[in-house]
Amino acid sequence: MDTVNSAVEIIVSIMLLVGAFFTLVGAIGMVRFRDFFQRLHAPTKATTLGVGGILIASMIHGVAHGRYGIHELLITMFLFITAPVSANLLSKAALHLKVPSGAGHPDVARRTTTGGDSPRKKAKPVRSKGKPAA
Amino acid sequence: MSMVEHKTGRLWLAHPVLSLILAGSWLLLQRSVAPADLLAACVLALVVPRVTAGFIGNGAKLQSVGAVIRLLRIVLWDIVVSNLTVAKIVLNPLRSPTPAWVPVALDITHENGIALLASIITMTPGTVSCVVDQERRRIMVHALDCDDPAAMARDIKARYEQPLKEIFG
Amino acid sequence: MIPLALDIATGAITVAMLLCGLRLLRGPEIPDRLLAIDTLYVNVVALVIVLGMRLGTELLFEAALIVAMLGFVSTVALARYLTRGDVIE
Repeated sequence: MDTVNSAVEIIVSIMLLVGAFFTLVGAIGMVRFRDFFQRLHAPTKATTLGVGGILIASMIHGVAHGRYGIHELLITMFLFITAPVSANLLSKAALHLKVPSGAGHPDVARRTTTGGDSPRKKAKPVRSKGKPAA
Repeated sequence: MSMVEHKTGRLWLAHPVLSLILAGSWLLLQRSVAPADLLAACVLALVVPRVTAGFIGNGAKLQSVGAVIRLLRIVLWDIVVSNLTVAKIVLNPLRSPTPAWVPVALDITHENGIALLASIITMTPGTVSCVVDQERRRIMVHALDCDDPAAMARDIKARYEQPLKEIFG
Repeated sequence: MIPLALDIATGAITVAMLLCGLRLLRGPEIPDRLLAIDTLYVNVVALVIVLGMRLGTELLFEAALIVAMLGFVSTVALARYLTRGDVIE
């Protein structure tokens, strides 16, 4: 039982340190990189392995201490679903505002205003499809 | 009459996976499987997809479970590996990365598949999908450190788009 | 062992938040600041989880979930405001 406990302790500690390390790396990258689009890579890292590792540590910790549930999974899921969406919206905003980019601008830059409209265009036919059924 | 019933029956459980996720999330939030919570989870699983049907459209039909598992394995592995690669770039003060725009032409046609592909590209560090260009059927990807955009586009297509095509058919 | 790891994690996340704060103050563009806020939210989620482990309470889990949700909604709203000039048309 003691060896099991110490093994759990070691795993939890390692996951905590891994999570903290990648969170820190993400923040350092955000301060260090030279243009916005490079900095955009930082929060995706902080979310994936950084918070992911800390949440896994918390889950193992909770289960080892006899608590019901792996409800931290909900936060992990939520962050994994929302992080790409907010990154995409941020980059759209940056392209719209013509934020300088080290790699130059892609030729879609001028079209982002129409690109930004596409979700709304897409949503409308779906909604009208739903109405007659309801 | 029977047709109406058939239609509503389809609507109550039109998105079985969504229903499952909703019920599971509710039970996780409550941290119990007491009968009352199970009942509430079932009600949520039935009512929410029904109410939001107009917003979420028809959804997709899962074509291949094997491809889902394969994709999951590839993505989780890539998240770990590319996290380490990016950490190396960030922590090496002597080396500044060479960013590049990588256009990835899309073969996949299903809307949810495209959205999932864009999300996967963003979640694997080192690449962020910036613009999903529906008119030209491609995704503009910003790569943090990339010498050969064409190779990277081929890589993305082979690793993520191929399984997604199998999943969404 | 775990208390030491918790201390280190708390310190690392705090430093990460300070660095985000630096980017928030320095800018130079508005999307940079928005990105800093988004990352700050994610770091706060991590910090609240670590605090929950440290205090041995599950109550903070709800707090972390709410911070995560608020972070997403505010980032989406602000990014949309930057692109379109309004949030809901």
